[in-house]
Amino acid sequence: MTVLDSKIPQGPLKDKWTKHKNDIRLVNPANKRLIDIIVVGTGLAGASAAASFAEMGYNVKALCFQDSPRRAHSIAAQGGINAAKNYQNDGDSTHRLFYDTVKGGDYRSREGNVYRLAEVSANIIDQCVAQGVPFARDYGGLLDNRSFGGVLVSRTFYAKGQTGQQLLLGAYSALSRQISKGKIEMLNRHEMMELVTVDGKARGIIAKNLVTGEIEKHGAHAVVLCTGGYGNVFFLSTNAMGSNVSAAWKAHRKGAFFANPSFTQIHPTCIPVSGDHQSKLTLMSESLRNDGRIWVPKNIEDVKAIRDGSKKPVEIAEADRDYYLERRYPSFGNLVPRDVASRAAKERCDAGYGVNKTGEAVFLDFASAIMRYGKTEAHIQGLHNPSDAQVRELGEQVVRNKYGNLFQMYEKITDDNPYKTPMKIYPAVHYTMGGIWVDYNLQTTVPGLFAAGEANFSDHGANRLGASALMQGLADGYFVLPYTIGDYLADDIRTGAISTDTPEFEEAAKRVQTQLDAFVNNNGTKPVDDFHRRLGRIMWENCGMARNEKDLKQAIADIQALREEFYKDVRVPGSTKGFNPELDKAGRVADFLELGELMCLDALERRESCGGHFREEYQTPEGEALRDDENFTFVSAWEYTGKPSEAKLNKEELTYENIELKQRSYK
Amino acid sequence: MNLTLKIWRQAGPDAKGSMETYPVSDISPDMSFLEMIDVLNDQLVRDGKDPVAFDHDCREGICGMCSMYINGEAHGPGRGVTTCQLHMRSFSDGETIYIEPWRAAAFPIIKDLVTDRGAFDRIIQAGGYVSVNTSGNTQDANALPIPKDNADKAFDAATCIGCGACVATCKNSSAMLFTSAKVSQLALLPQGEPEAARRVQRMVAQMDEEGFGNCTNTGACEVECPKGISLENIARMNREFLKAQFTSEK
Repeated sequence: MTVLDSKIPQGPLKDKWTKHKNDIRLVNPANKRLIDIIVVGTGLAGASAAASFAEMGYNVKALCFQDSPRRAHSIAAQGGINAAKNYQNDGDSTHRLFYDTVKGGDYRSREGNVYRLAEVSANIIDQCVAQGVPFARDYGGLLDNRSFGGVLVSRTFYAKGQTGQQLLLGAYSALSRQISKGKIEMLNRHEMMELVTVDGKARGIIAKNLVTGEIEKHGAHAVVLCTGGYGNVFFLSTNAMGSNVSAAWKAHRKGAFFANPSFTQIHPTCIPVSGDHQSKLTLMSESLRNDGRIWVPKNIEDVKAIRDGSKKPVEIAEADRDYYLERRYPSFGNLVPRDVASRAAKERCDAGYGVNKTGEAVFLDFASAIMRYGKTEAHIQGLHNPSDAQVRELGEQVVRNKYGNLFQMYEKITDDNPYKTPMKIYPAVHYTMGGIWVDYNLQTTVPGLFAAGEANFSDHGANRLGASALMQGLADGYFVLPYTIGDYLADDIRTGAISTDTPEFEEAAKRVQTQLDAFVNNNGTKPVDDFHRRLGRIMWENCGMARNEKDLKQAIADIQALREEFYKDVRVPGSTKGFNPELDKAGRVADFLELGELMCLDALERRESCGGHFREEYQTPEGEALRDDENFTFVSAWEYTGKPSEAKLNKEELTYENIELKQRSYK
Repeated sequence: MNLTLKIWRQAGPDAKGSMETYPVSDISPDMSFLEMIDVLNDQLVRDGKDPVAFDHDCREGICGMCSMYINGEAHGPGRGVTTCQLHMRSFSDGETIYIEPWRAAAFPIIKDLVTDRGAFDRIIQAGGYVSVNTSGNTQDANALPIPKDNADKAFDAATCIGCGACVATCKNSSAMLFTSAKVSQLALLPQGEPEAARRVQRMVAQMDEEGFGNCTNTGACEVECPKGISLENIARMNREFLKAQFTSEK
């Protein structure tokens, strides 16, 4: 077995990062000009990394498949970004953020990485404010905060329900500044098709120009993958339509280990599926759980009446409602972590209490928050004995200020007014904690290949806490990679430009072209999406919120059969030249068809429940996840051997020196 | 629902385009407009025909990628929505729907309904940023209080998604609303102050160079903007620009 060295620095937890920064080698500014870095993806991690590298003096090429780097899917993050600023004086600290994150991840993340993340978090806010990111402020002109699931402090900074947009546009502005200086060559509408290694090191990529169809060779001294998560393996997810695993999967096939692929986050508050035509699911930010209360009717008769329309949800008396999260988890209530909230919703719906036609929805109700805020506002405005209608109106205004865009989005999609009637929500695939294995330097098992943001696996264990993805993306890009990549590149100052006129590049380009040709010449009958939808159903039913040995084994067989059918029967119109989105989709789905199998295999091998990975065979009598710390306190790092079914499992043992492993309790 | 679609088809940037007619049937009112196009494309692929190329990504109204001119309106009927947030319940059974790409000289067509909006990126590159390095060695985020009103207005301007509906809908193909949103955001914040004059001059110059038209204050852009970016921003940019012309050394 390969020994996985996480390269966590020695010494006390709180000194590790400082010590490491002092120990690693630097590259002198004149030499940085001789070094090229390719950054794939321009979301929070990619844009921030590319901008930082360019500022430092490296030559950067950045790629995105969208028509502009500003459109990367980080833009859709809604709720906020965590930082241990303790502006609210509610007992927050670096240690508490670290502790909450490790506990929230159900003790399957690395202490050293998580502590570093918490340590640099405060600086991210400073940096973003300096860039002109318009965070929400109070009347004193200072920054406002709110709470997210799984924590007991208010440490989340936000910009209405568009925090991701504002942070990404901040990073995009830093990126744009470097593009204007010529330090970054930006390749829009480009997709990475293959990683090129020379003598075991990552030395470039093969990319496809999605407008012309041209296959391009790009050499570099290091390649950084900031390509996001792989939630779209489920077809229906809150990811953007173009989000894909292909860059990460191509790297995996070239030797990068893939860690914890089965750790998927199913987000509890999404708009339920409305029909077979559905192409994606829309998230309703977790921040709504600050003020929304989740419930289903207590009596099955009321459920039936709501489904057939004879009763409205507002007509159900308070005593006949089951606020099941508040009932089961009195101390965290509606703000339990995502995995817990999702499973609880599934439990109620499986028991027959789902409140829409499909039986897969629960209520998220703002009525009591509206009245509560309304009363406070009436008081502020000096209204004595206001009527209920007045209070409601004032309260609705407060809620509109906090969540206006989310309420509007909900109404557009469902045609229901959430100010007047509770929202209907159901869990949906949202984020993937698993990803490319990286060490403390964010370097993969391929030297010179780095991975950052959602694309790597490092910080969230088996479940990510809300508002931590934005934090990790920017931490990796602004504050971690700019240091750690230098240590690797210090050896490359005499290498000179990487030539692409070599057999390695030729061969890789040829392989790409061969696959593209095969797709367009395949005389199949079904469009790509047909296969993607079927893969999604297999994954959702067998490797979603609850998993078991029998179903996982069946799923593996089903995916293998589907993959075979895909290559035989997929129809891709047009040619390899020119703009051909169907062809691009075909390549992405081909990779999802391999990844899906590996996810099932990983879920099968992990015979315990932890975080988002819930094996029905391993649960407590109350139905909570039952970890097996003795046998499974490790990271599963899968090695590609030619076939997903024959992937080799390598284990990185996790050691906890600063935190005691306990059963997670939010009761 | 059964519908007749008239869609602009154009094989490439230099090819001659034309409106083509496609019937679609069994459309659910709950579908989004793009899901309806998915249904059409699925059928076209199965029939061995070339599917309609269109830009889309997040499908929740925030990435700004989708861009269809529907029945003579940018992002179709309805206010405050992108094409992906438009649902078929806004149309009636048997209707004929006209679908065109963004029309503007500065947004050349790539294929069918897909245009090149690179000009917007170049306007931002001309100065739509604060020149601060990402070292993290900045002052504490709360060291400089910002009046809530200014922060809120800056945020409202910053919600622009760069979709280009303002340009597409403007009879002059002007990019004033887009450019002014970024100028305003940074002009309203103390962090943007030191570079304010240089920024507005450079961004306006780039906007002109890209071939966008002038603003004649008809306000169509504000009406069609999916994020409700206000015309106030254009007034603010004009003020900033004038001020810069009088005070800056260039």
